[in-house]
Amino acid sequence: MLQIDLWKRVVIWGLCALGLLLALPNAFYTRVETSNDAVAAMETGASGAGLEEQAALWPSFLPSGLVNLGLDLRGGAHLLAEVQVEDVYEARLQGMWPEVRDLLREERDDIGTIRLQKSKGPMLRVRLNQKPEMAERAAELVRGLARPVVSLTGAGASDIEVAVDGADIVITLSEAERLATDERTVKQSLEIIRRRIDEVGTREPTIQRQGSDRILIQVPGVGSASELKDIIGTTAQLTFQPVVTRTNNADMPPGAGNELLPSLNDEGVYYVLEQVPVVTGEELVDAQPSFDQNGGPAVSFRFNTSGARKFGDYTAENIGNPFAIVLDDEVISAPVIQAHIGGGSGIITGSFSVEESTNLAVLLRAGALPAGLNFLEERTIGPELGADSIEAGKIACIVAFAGVLVFMMLSYGLFGVFANIALLVNVGLIFGALSMIGGTLTLPGIAGIVLTIGMAVDANVLVFERIREELRTAKGPARAIELGYDRALSAIIDANITTFIISVILFTLGSGPVRGFAITLGLGILTSVFTAIFVTRLLIVMWFERRRPKTIEV
Amino acid sequence: MRLRFFREVPNFDFFRLQWATLGFSGALVVLSLVAWALIGLNFGIDFRGGTTIRTQSESAVDVGTYRQAMTPLELGDVTITEVFDPTFAENQHVAMIRIQAQDGQESVTQDTIDRIETALRAVDDTISFPLVESVGPKVSGELIWTAVLAVGASLAAILFYIWLRFEWQFSVGAVAALAHDVIVTIGIFSVLQIRFDLATIAALLTIIGYSINDTVVIFDRLRENLIKFKTTPLRDLMNLTANETLSRTLMTSGTTLLALIAMLILGGDVIRGFIFAITWGVVVGTYSSIYVAKNIVLMLGVKRDWSKPDNNQGNQFANVDA
Repeated sequence: MLQIDLWKRVVIWGLCALGLLLALPNAFYTRVETSNDAVAAMETGASGAGLEEQAALWPSFLPSGLVNLGLDLRGGAHLLAEVQVEDVYEARLQGMWPEVRDLLREERDDIGTIRLQKSKGPMLRVRLNQKPEMAERAAELVRGLARPVVSLTGAGASDIEVAVDGADIVITLSEAERLATDERTVKQSLEIIRRRIDEVGTREPTIQRQGSDRILIQVPGVGSASELKDIIGTTAQLTFQPVVTRTNNADMPPGAGNELLPSLNDEGVYYVLEQVPVVTGEELVDAQPSFDQNGGPAVSFRFNTSGARKFGDYTAENIGNPFAIVLDDEVISAPVIQAHIGGGSGIITGSFSVEESTNLAVLLRAGALPAGLNFLEERTIGPELGADSIEAGKIACIVAFAGVLVFMMLSYGLFGVFANIALLVNVGLIFGALSMIGGTLTLPGIAGIVLTIGMAVDANVLVFERIREELRTAKGPARAIELGYDRALSAIIDANITTFIISVILFTLGSGPVRGFAITLGLGILTSVFTAIFVTRLLIVMWFERRRPKTIEV
Repeated sequence: MRLRFFREVPNFDFFRLQWATLGFSGALVVLSLVAWALIGLNFGIDFRGGTTIRTQSESAVDVGTYRQAMTPLELGDVTITEVFDPTFAENQHVAMIRIQAQDGQESVTQDTIDRIETALRAVDDTISFPLVESVGPKVSGELIWTAVLAVGASLAAILFYIWLRFEWQFSVGAVAALAHDVIVTIGIFSVLQIRFDLATIAALLTIIGYSINDTVVIFDRLRENLIKFKTTPLRDLMNLTANETLSRTLMTSGTTLLALIAMLILGGDVIRGFIFAITWGVVVGTYSSIYVAKNIVLMLGVKRDWSKPDNNQGNQFANVDA
């Protein structure tokens, strides 16, 4: 009796040592962080004596994983954005118009002339001016343009639906195509937001998709949510569009296929532009901040081959006409084409500040967001508040810890000391596990650890109380200890499984700080059961083997 | 000298006041529901949308001046409260400003926040804004549902687990105790008008977890005693069980409360509401394990003959301690 196999002992000590080793870097947080940053910088190609010195601050043979600090502890910005997926439908349909127009014009003998009608919502409404009775035939022709939807769920469906409404044919996107488009839009947005934030180079941003059309962005170290929004909130949809006319009338009807857009710099000036752009920002390969002939900040850009060809052809055909450079539905400038621009590169001038031109270059390089973002939730947490919270949390932890240690020792004497050692190991293990899985520590997470400190002793209390009882009836202390552990086990297991269920539910449904709490609570339950059942037991058995006491006092 | 609650197994008659205690719990639940209905909860922006701004300044907070500075901005309902906390430095004066969700906007625009910050800087030049949070009505509506779902799912999961491990009477008793804890906590939040937000929901779930922990330990011992003493009346067995586990219950609640109270006093004002809810829940949860959960099991009665495993039942794991 009271035996623990050698291999079990090795495993128990091994796990403890591993956990504590993994937790070790957190004790030297800033030091390890500096070192990690330096190593990461060197991996990307940077070098320098300073970097190597910093990297050497933490020996490379030791684990260097750290517990991530949540936004509420480190400070930073949190945004929940909804991608306005509907934006894309309209652009997608408008992109089809030239194709539809050309197709129907070819059949002019059969169906007469056509005209694009103004319509509300994402649809193309085409009126047959002369032969309304041929609408069905025209719809049939347009249906021929439909392509199969490429997606997992929409297999077999085609991308557009064409209906006849009197003399009009109405083209809309099919349900399957919409879903597929949504999916693409959100994925693309996610990727572009990631690129933009990486360009600015902040540490450990969290960029996650949430639900079908939302994106969660958390960036530590950013001064405020508005700074973050300036970087990611701009669509940066750059287009080059032919100019129809320039006007001061904000209510001027632009006519079908055209749009009226304001000038960015000159108030009260509007341009009527053709809706279908010559070239878009998607065909840019590079954009850099630079200066124009007068020394004003500007952005120079270069097109890819197809963009360069389109741009070259257009400028060759339209010398003397103005064209507009449009960014997010505002006309940056509308220069007159002086000569054929064949090289595929150009420069955008406007009244920029240096900062604006740098930002614009970043945005253009990263690519345009396919759709606008609507911000549902935004939080800015100042770094000083986080530092205060860490400080308060630390003090509370230490006090809680000291209180529990003293209380346990007073209540259970030597056995209390064993439980206390296990408790210390337990907290080490929680940090080790958090570092290993790259978990995030939040303010409620610290509360979770404090709560775990309180509750971790529960399993030990159960066992010790049980041993006390068994001592009254059992034969000899060894038997009492063994029975104490055996009989307390079912209560420990049941009690902890129920709490664990709660932490899983919290993790699944919660977000942000609450999730951080769920992680520490869940991990705390696992480690506390381990330390209470195995570590204290091993400690007691080792003590017992050495001393062989005739009686024990618990 | 050891610190001990009891030298021997104590012999309190927990069920002498069976009806009084059950009635007291019932009354508490009813009062809490009434308070909830009449006073209502002080929902944070997580649940009703809007913006909160935490201000920090070196000069004392004058709520009146702040309010005056913000009146011309026409933001609708604005609540300004000063925050006091023992952890603050001497010249650290903190206030929380809450603004209702603005019409036609999801989260409040930067423009609005800039205007507020400028207006406040004009009356207090040392002011800074360490925390600005804004939640749109769309998200807050969903968050309420997620919260209700989380609490509901937890109760259901526990009902199921206890039923699997024990008997349905235990399950009902445990869930009644949990519902009692949750409702009474909501009650105190209504009465004291403490801000009720997502963190509070996390606290409620923690209370559920803690309280069930306590209840299960007592149930486990009761199950054991039911097997050991086959003929003793249920009431006496329950008393014996409660007395046997009393020392452990007080020990565990004691250490947990010790840790929580340290956090409550020293943890800072940001999570005070959260810690308060958990602390309250530990007290209520400990009480309800004995006086609600067991009272209900006592009323419902339980299967007494555990000697023959009932094969038809099929909902009993092998005993871990067998």
